[in-house]
Amino acid sequence: MSGRRVAYLNARLLDPASGLDTPGGLLTEGGLIADLGPELAGADLADDIETVDCGGRVLCPGLIDMRVFSGEPGAEHKETLASLGQAAAAGGITTAVTMPNTEPVIDNVALVEYVARRARETAPVRILPMAAISQGLDGRAMTELGLMAEAGAVAFSDGTRAVADALVMRRVLSYASTFGLLVVQYPEEPALARDGVMNESEVAMRLGLPGIPACAETVMVERDIRLVELTGGRYHAALVSTGAAVGALRAAKADGLPVSAAAAPQNFALNETAVGDYRTFAKTDPPLRGEDDRRALVAGLADGTVDVICSSHTPEDAESKRLPFEQAASGIIGLETLLPLALELYHNGHLGLSALLATMTINPARHLGLPTGRLTAGAPADLLLFDPDLPWRIDEDGFRSKSKNSPFDGRPVQGRVWRTVVDGACVHDRTGEA
Amino acid sequence: MEGLSPAEIIAILDLAEDYVAQNRQIDKKQSLLRGRTQINLFFESSTRTRTSFELAGKRLGADVINMSVATSAIKKGETLIDTAMTLNAMHPDVLVVRHPDSGAVNLLSRKVDGSVINAGDGSHEHPTQALLDALTIRRRLGRLNGLTVAICGDIMHSRVARSNILLLNTMGARVRVIAPPTLLPVEVERLGVEVHHDMRSGLADCDIVMMLRLQTERMKGAFVPSIREYFHFYGLDRDKLACARPDALVMHPGPMNRGIEIDPDVADDIHRSVIREQVEMGVAVRMAVLDLLSRHLSNRPVALAQ
Repeated sequence: MSGRRVAYLNARLLDPASGLDTPGGLLTEGGLIADLGPELAGADLADDIETVDCGGRVLCPGLIDMRVFSGEPGAEHKETLASLGQAAAAGGITTAVTMPNTEPVIDNVALVEYVARRARETAPVRILPMAAISQGLDGRAMTELGLMAEAGAVAFSDGTRAVADALVMRRVLSYASTFGLLVVQYPEEPALARDGVMNESEVAMRLGLPGIPACAETVMVERDIRLVELTGGRYHAALVSTGAAVGALRAAKADGLPVSAAAAPQNFALNETAVGDYRTFAKTDPPLRGEDDRRALVAGLADGTVDVICSSHTPEDAESKRLPFEQAASGIIGLETLLPLALELYHNGHLGLSALLATMTINPARHLGLPTGRLTAGAPADLLLFDPDLPWRIDEDGFRSKSKNSPFDGRPVQGRVWRTVVDGACVHDRTGEA
Repeated sequence: MEGLSPAEIIAILDLAEDYVAQNRQIDKKQSLLRGRTQINLFFESSTRTRTSFELAGKRLGADVINMSVATSAIKKGETLIDTAMTLNAMHPDVLVVRHPDSGAVNLLSRKVDGSVINAGDGSHEHPTQALLDALTIRRRLGRLNGLTVAICGDIMHSRVARSNILLLNTMGARVRVIAPPTLLPVEVERLGVEVHHDMRSGLADCDIVMMLRLQTERMKGAFVPSIREYFHFYGLDRDKLACARPDALVMHPGPMNRGIEIDPDVADDIHRSVIREQVEMGVAVRMAVLDLLSRHLSNRPVALAQ
C-alpha cells in the first residue's frame, strides 16, 4: 500500500471500541490507519513521513452524526451539502448521516445515488444518506428498502414523522429484518402531538401554547418495542426526550431486544424554560422537556440505555424563525456544537470520556454497519483531534452552517476541535485560527 | 397581566374610575392624546374590543385608525412582522394589537418604537379584559380582596381566563375554575386556582360567576360531546346559579352564546347580570391604560435622519 504518510505524535489515543486510552502516536498511510500505539514516537520514523505534534490532546475516531437535516436538495438557502460538510468538519464530524426529509424526499434509488454523488463532489466529510421508509413520507407505502440499501442508504427513517400506522410499522420491521436493515423511527404519536408546539406543562399553560405531552413519545416507543418483539427487526429511536421512553427502552434492552436510541444535546443540555418569552430558537422536535425528563435522559445516557448522541442538525433561516412561536419552524443547528455540548456530560461527571465518545463513534458505526468509528490498523483514517478542556464561548458568527438557528449562542463551553481528518486528509485545522 | 403589582393594578382602576365619570358627561372628550396616533391592528376580528379601544382613544383626543388584517392560515406570521415594520415607519404612538397566536403581540412590540397594548394574543392574555372585569367587580362590591370568583367554561383556550386568574390572585381573591377536564389546560392548578368539574360544588358560596364563551372556532377536535350535553352540565341557568351566594354577580366577556354556556334568562337579569356594565367599564379602563402609557411616550419629534 502506498500514499501520503502522516504521523500524529504526542497524542492521547482514545478508542472507545477497544477501550484504548494511552499516550502514543498514530500513523496514517493514504486513507487508512497504518499503525498506532504508545511506542509510536518521533525518533524511529522514516524521513518521508509528515509529522503532526498533537500536544497531548485527544486523538480519537472522527465523530459519526446519525441525524442531520440538509437543505439540499430543495432548500439550498438553508444549507447545502457543501456548507453542511464544512460545518461538520469544523465540528469534528467525519460522517454525517443525512435525513430524507428534503424536497424531493429521498425515497428512491436515483435520489439516494444523487445525494451520495453530490456529497462526494462538494463536501469535505463523508455524507451518507438515510432513505425514507415510506414513499413521500406518507406513512403507508413501503419504499424499495433493499435496493436503496444496495445504492448506499445506511438506514431508513421517515425523519421528522413517525410511521404511525402499526401495521405498516410491523411490515417494515419485518421486511427490513430480511436484510438486517436498521429502521429509525421518530418516536412521537402524531395524534397526541398534533397541534403541540412545546412540552405540555405549566410553562406551556402560562404561555398559552398548545403542548405535546410526554406520553406522545412513550406511547410510540412502547408500541414499537412490542412490534420489535414480534418481528425481530432492528429498531433505533431517532431521538428520545422523556424519562418514560428511556425506561421502556431500558427494559427492552434488558430483554435482549435489538433496540437502540439517540438523544440530541438540546434535550439533555436544556429544559423547557429555555423557551422563556416565546424564544423560537428553542422550538425543536422533540420539544425541550421538563427538568425531571432532562435528568432521566442524562441517566439513560449514563447507563448506556441511550447509546447514541446526534446533533439533529436542522438548519432554518431567520425568516422561518422570526414568527409567532406557533408559526415558527422547529429545529436547532448542531453540527458545530455537538462535541462541546456532549462534553458537558463528561465535565459534569455523568459519563467517562471514552463512554461519551462511544456514543458518537463506535456505537453509531455498529448500528449503521460502518468500518469507521474505531482506531484500528486497516480502518479508514477518519480522525478527530480535540482539546477536551479548552474553554470558549459558542458564537453564532463563527458557524460555517448557512443557518444560525442555535439557542446556544453565547453559551460558555469546554472542549474544542483541533483537527478533523477524513480518509487521511485534513479537512479542518484550528491551527492558525484566532 | 403577568408582572403587574397590586399597587399598579389599583392605580389603573382608580384612574379608570375618573374616566367612568367623564364618559357619563355630555362632553366626553379630552385632549390628553391630541396629536398622537393610535392604530388598532387586529389580526383577528373583534367588533367589541376594537370599538372600545377606538372610543377610548378618540375620547382622549388621539387620531385613531383601525386596521383589520385578513390572515391566511399559512402566511400569518410574515404579515405580522412586515406590517409591524411598515406601520412603525409611520410613527404611530400607540399600537393596539390583537393576534390569534400566543406571544405574537410580544414579538411585535420588539419591532416597533411606540407603545404596544395587548388586545388579546392567542390563548395567552387579554389584560384589558381582566382590568375591566376587576373594575366592574370593585364598583359593585367595593373590593376584590377576599372574594370568591368562579370562572366557568372553556378555560383551556381562554386568554380572558388566564388574565383574570392572574389579576384576581394578585388582588387577593380566591379563584375557582369549573370545567370538564378536556377544557382545562394541563397544570392549571399551578396558577393558584381551585379546580372543580361540577358546577354546583364549584359555584357554592361564590361572590362572582364569570362565564366564558365556548370558543368553537378554536376547537379542532371534539372537546365536548354536544352543545346539548354541555349546556346540561355546564350552562349557567337559574338552578345552578342558586348554589352561589344570593347576591352573586354574573359576568361574561362576550360575545355570548345564549343557550350554550348561559341561559338567556340569567344573562338578561338586571339584578344579577353585570354584562352590560362590563362593556361600559371597558372604555374607561382602556382610557386609563392609554393615559398611563402616554405619559411614557417621548415628547421629542422624530429625528429627521433615520
